Amino acid sequence: MFKKICSNTAMAVLLSHTMGASAADTSSDNAFNPALSLILDGTYGNMQRDPAIPATGFAMNPNPAQTQGFSLGESELGISSNIDPEFRGFATFAILSASISVENAFVQTTSLGNGLNLKFGRFFSGFGYLNEQHAHTWDFVDQPLVYNTLWNTQLIEDGMQLKWLAPTDMFVEVGGELGRGLNFPGTDTPKNGSGAATLFAHIGDDIGIEQSWRAGISAHHTRQTDYQSSGVPDLLNTPGGTSNSFSGTSNTAGLDFIWKYAPNGNFRERYVKVQSEYFRRKEDGMLTYDAQTGGANLTDRYIDTQSGWYVQSVYQFMPTWRTGLRYDRLDPGVATLGAQIAGNVISNYAFTPSRVTWMADYSASEFSRIRLQLAHDSSRQGLADNQIFLQYIMSMGAHGAHQY
Amino acid sequence: MKTKRSVVPAGTNRGLSVRHAATGRILGAFLLLLLSGNVHAALNVFACEPEWAALTQQLAGDKASIYTATGPLQDPHQVQARPSLIAKARGAQLTVCTGAELEVGWMPVVLRESTNNNIQPGSIGNFEAARYVTMLEVPSRLDRADGDVHAAGNPHIQTDARNFLPIAEALSKRLIQVDPANTAYYEQRYAAFDQQWRAAIAKWEKQAAPLRGIPVIVHHKGFPYLNDWLGLKEVAELEPKPGMEPSASWLAKVLNDLQQHPARMVLRAAYQSERPSEWIAERAHIPAVNLPFTVGGTPQATDLFTLFDDTIQRLLAGLKQGTP
Repeated sequence: MFKKICSNTAMAVLLSHTMGASAADTSSDNAFNPALSLILDGTYGNMQRDPAIPATGFAMNPNPAQTQGFSLGESELGISSNIDPEFRGFATFAILSASISVENAFVQTTSLGNGLNLKFGRFFSGFGYLNEQHAHTWDFVDQPLVYNTLWNTQLIEDGMQLKWLAPTDMFVEVGGELGRGLNFPGTDTPKNGSGAATLFAHIGDDIGIEQSWRAGISAHHTRQTDYQSSGVPDLLNTPGGTSNSFSGTSNTAGLDFIWKYAPNGNFRERYVKVQSEYFRRKEDGMLTYDAQTGGANLTDRYIDTQSGWYVQSVYQFMPTWRTGLRYDRLDPGVATLGAQIAGNVISNYAFTPSRVTWMADYSASEFSRIRLQLAHDSSRQGLADNQIFLQYIMSMGAHGAHQY
Repeated sequence: MKTKRSVVPAGTNRGLSVRHAATGRILGAFLLLLLSGNVHAALNVFACEPEWAALTQQLAGDKASIYTATGPLQDPHQVQARPSLIAKARGAQLTVCTGAELEVGWMPVVLRESTNNNIQPGSIGNFEAARYVTMLEVPSRLDRADGDVHAAGNPHIQTDARNFLPIAEALSKRLIQVDPANTAYYEQRYAAFDQQWRAAIAKWEKQAAPLRGIPVIVHHKGFPYLNDWLGLKEVAELEPKPGMEPSASWLAKVLNDLQQHPARMVLRAAYQSERPSEWIAERAHIPAVNLPFTVGGTPQATDLFTLFDDTIQRLLAGLKQGTP
């Protein structure tokens, strides 16, 4: 009997607890948890050439190469939430094999109105089209060559961004950023003021119900101070190249365009998108050749204009299946050299790196994607490379809305 | 009495704009900037789906200028946060959407980028129809292994005509809140709509009486509200899980199960591919019925009234065709 009462009491307590829980949830701390998402990403890469070899003429640029064999790509943890009626916070952490890096961590205003949107913290710069896209939304395993060489995959800025959306029927947006310029093409120099500035404008609209497009222009300015590069080929054919150092200005202009088409505007069944971007950068400053202790240490004027573009198209030919083709091209330019370094530094590589990439991917749902990618990479002179990639991208947690 | 049936095909606004040359539009845009006084007196409404554009049209008449974000043949789960949507949302005073996470893949970006305080979630300019009806299929567990399930329940609330009564009442009140100057007009439009709609429901229910208890297969779980209203009995879905594409092996299983649980028709929404339902229809010797699902989904469904006229006609035609 006693036992029975006990269990009844326990039951009642349990019941009242369960019933109370739903009401209590709304006032508990947990109810204010931000939206969490986790992206799992991994690749298998098969390349005939050492991926550490840079594109010809781009040895003084970054070379964010893919990894051979199995590798955990970038697992990305994302957290976002409104902070209060005036601010929203967003952060993504890239979890690499040995470290965690803060990819994005910014605060955005939500109530300025009048088309104004202010962002501050660490964010993907708003120029171009692909720069703001997170890696898990890319249509290929890797970025176009022009993004790899001119922006070290994509430009992350510490600073602030102000955007203004015009009160027009057509989409017209202009924006500007001031930042630290800590990432290539800048160098992190602790000083007052800003290290980089960006301006961009986008326009976009629909054409009937089936087509939509967006086009943009951008300009980026920064400075490099003692930017070190190693393994740079020279006129003396020094084995393993030399280490150079550059200080000067970097000015980049860009164009971007994307067009999407779906029969009846229904993206569920079939769609095509075509996008292209072009960037042109002029670097002007002083280059130190063989900048190391005991090296030649020759310094003189160095001016070079590098450029690159890509055009790509992705076609979803049936639900869950897509295929895509991309063509990449770079131009290392012809450098103007001061007399001190003219006998050592290569001014004209007389080679235009290019690459053709094909991919097909399968998505059982919008949360998973498995991709096969083949590339014929002619970005290094005399070292054509055939590459095979397999990739998975899986999203867990909060749904998250997609950018255009 | 014949109802005034204003036609609001989705995409009309966009269709018109195509005619202008881009340069002219930019010029016009800047002119508009200069004249940014209150040139347009009409209430700017951003409707997420055609059915809400049509309902707003019924309730607001010519007091509202309505932009429809999606077309009748688009899967509303998968819409791009297009630049045009962001531009249109910037000037909107009211958004009318389904809610219940139907637009979760695109509307949050549109709202955020619009920087428009009037229409942010929780503002009076943000209207979500799903808040005013009893939701069906609210999942008892949330697991993506179950497919594209929505925590708030099945969001396809517009297939039950009865749902429009509480939604119209709430939307009319909201129109008055946003645009109090036209209160009398909105009240009068609502009263007229409510009366006509109740009469129409009675008519539709009478017409649809033969459909009660009829077993059907559906492509996507898009019709629980229709089934709940008209008494159709859903025996199978062509999608193995909500939002997942029908696979050949799953379709074969559905076909096999039909021997135990025969169905009389296979239903799909106009935006869905006809292939899976045609495949089943051919083998099971039952008619495949294409339903408009929203205003504009079929040539006959030109407004809210004809949406349900056509839905019921198509179901009755399917039933007749499939009579053994």
